[in-house]
Amino acid sequence: MEIALDSGDTAWVLISAALVLLMTPGLALFYGGMVRSKSVLNMMMMSFGALGVVSILWVLYGFSMTFGSSKGGLVGDPTEYFGLSGLFGDRLLGYLDDTVETVPGIPALVFVAFQAVFAIITVALISGAIADRAKFSTWLVFAGIWATVVYFPVAHWVFSFDGYVSEAGGWIANTLGAIDFAGGTAVHINAGAAGLALALVLGKRVGFGREAMRPHNLPLVMLGAGLLWFGWFGFNAGSALAANGLAGLTFVNTLGATAAASLAWLIVEKVRDGHGTSLGAASGVVAGLVAITPSCSAVTPLGALALGAVAGALCALAVGLKFRFGYDDSLDVVGVHLVGGLVGTIGIGFLADPGAAAGAEGLLFGGGVDLLVKQTVGALAVLAFSFVATSVIGLALEKTIGFRLEKEAEMAGIDLQEHAESGYDISGVSGGRFGSSGAVTTAPSAKTPEGASA
Amino acid sequence: MKLVTAIIKPHQLDQVKEALEAYGISGMTVSEASGYGRQRGHSEVYRGAEYTVDFVPKVRVEVLVDDIDAGSVVDVILKTAQTGRIGDGKIWTVPVEDVVRVRTGEHGVEAL
Repeated sequence: MEIALDSGDTAWVLISAALVLLMTPGLALFYGGMVRSKSVLNMMMMSFGALGVVSILWVLYGFSMTFGSSKGGLVGDPTEYFGLSGLFGDRLLGYLDDTVETVPGIPALVFVAFQAVFAIITVALISGAIADRAKFSTWLVFAGIWATVVYFPVAHWVFSFDGYVSEAGGWIANTLGAIDFAGGTAVHINAGAAGLALALVLGKRVGFGREAMRPHNLPLVMLGAGLLWFGWFGFNAGSALAANGLAGLTFVNTLGATAAASLAWLIVEKVRDGHGTSLGAASGVVAGLVAITPSCSAVTPLGALALGAVAGALCALAVGLKFRFGYDDSLDVVGVHLVGGLVGTIGIGFLADPGAAAGAEGLLFGGGVDLLVKQTVGALAVLAFSFVATSVIGLALEKTIGFRLEKEAEMAGIDLQEHAESGYDISGVSGGRFGSSGAVTTAPSAKTPEGASA
Repeated sequence: MKLVTAIIKPHQLDQVKEALEAYGISGMTVSEASGYGRQRGHSEVYRGAEYTVDFVPKVRVEVLVDDIDAGSVVDVILKTAQTGRIGDGKIWTVPVEDVVRVRTGEHGVEAL
């Protein structure tokens, strides 16, 4: 069939790409506020570092690995669109010798831009599991290797539909036929499993489970959660790749599920701890956003409310698991993204309503277990692959260039050690002056951190 | 001369300051402090993890006074800082050998 450029669709996807890009700085604020003041900058820099590394790889070969011609449904051809060659000009989305039915009328490069920001935030999400203790240079190396070995292939499995960019796409989208509208598997289960693996490889922070590690700036966390929610409308409704009713449904579901999850988290806290907290409300927002990401095309707005409530309550309970099992997933990437991603992805198997855009039938809507099985297989495949591959990458980096910061430097504060900066200068009595002399160093070295011996 | 130091609840500061001014005290130094006495700290809960916060925020008020005023100044602070609830703080008095006003070089009571 003939595809024509649709300027309305194109405009919406371009705007959505910018919305999703804003999620990564938003995540930096969300994560940054949750750590102690001595590591706020490093926490934010891990997100900004991912922005740099992954964007470049996406242009070089990332898009091609994700959307190039499939090698057995497992990975795209990295050379096909190397440097985005062959995608310039007026080429629209859709396989060149197109025989397949409907493809949105947007330029291929607009799709490149939209998918790029998904790759970036997925890598950035992992950083929350290893707060305060990862060498920044090794993190950047990890970001590049992980995107290449884990994200690009998994995104190919899930997002590369036959005929969109190449004739044959990935196995989860086309062969298995599991539903993942905007990335419950490729983004959230993927990042959550990777976070768990890295938290285990790097080990616990000094003082974990003993010292109070209070969030140092909850207003930053709230601002970050707000920006994430705002950007997430691009993530979900933009994934319609068109300005149409599907975008409308996914938009409304993104509103409802998120609101329900935030309130559900607060109710769990009120019952269990006695108070509903601002951190709980912000965390519930993210849990709901995660859960509705794969499912926003497959459930009705009422289904979205139910799914969000379940996700908010389950994630509120899941964040306590790290203390029971003794892994230091510092900012709960597992409890929120892995658990929320599983709730959303597998929840489709129960709550998919044939009246919604995807037209799929879940167990509760007379569809039997068929869809539930597909969703579970897709979720567990991504979980297992990500966990194993990330463990190997993490261990290899730890054994070669070193991943974990030295203990003394971690206690003195990773901001000083890795970036030679302090997040805050509020007192104004630090006694600084311009320039350096031989008497002082610009930053404490790893060997002799100032104050660590005291 | 005496140095009267009071550790009080932060929200009592304005009352204490106004009462000291009314008594005729011409200056004071105030700093933020953290600590605990019999009150101990309080607990905070973040994502279900409970933390005990031992050092709670207090305000330290320091006033230099002539010997004859010391008792009265302690009384003024006591009356205005007291809420009767746990965590009201402490007041103590120590002797001061000399005081110098930096601008003029005056010593002793003249410098107060």
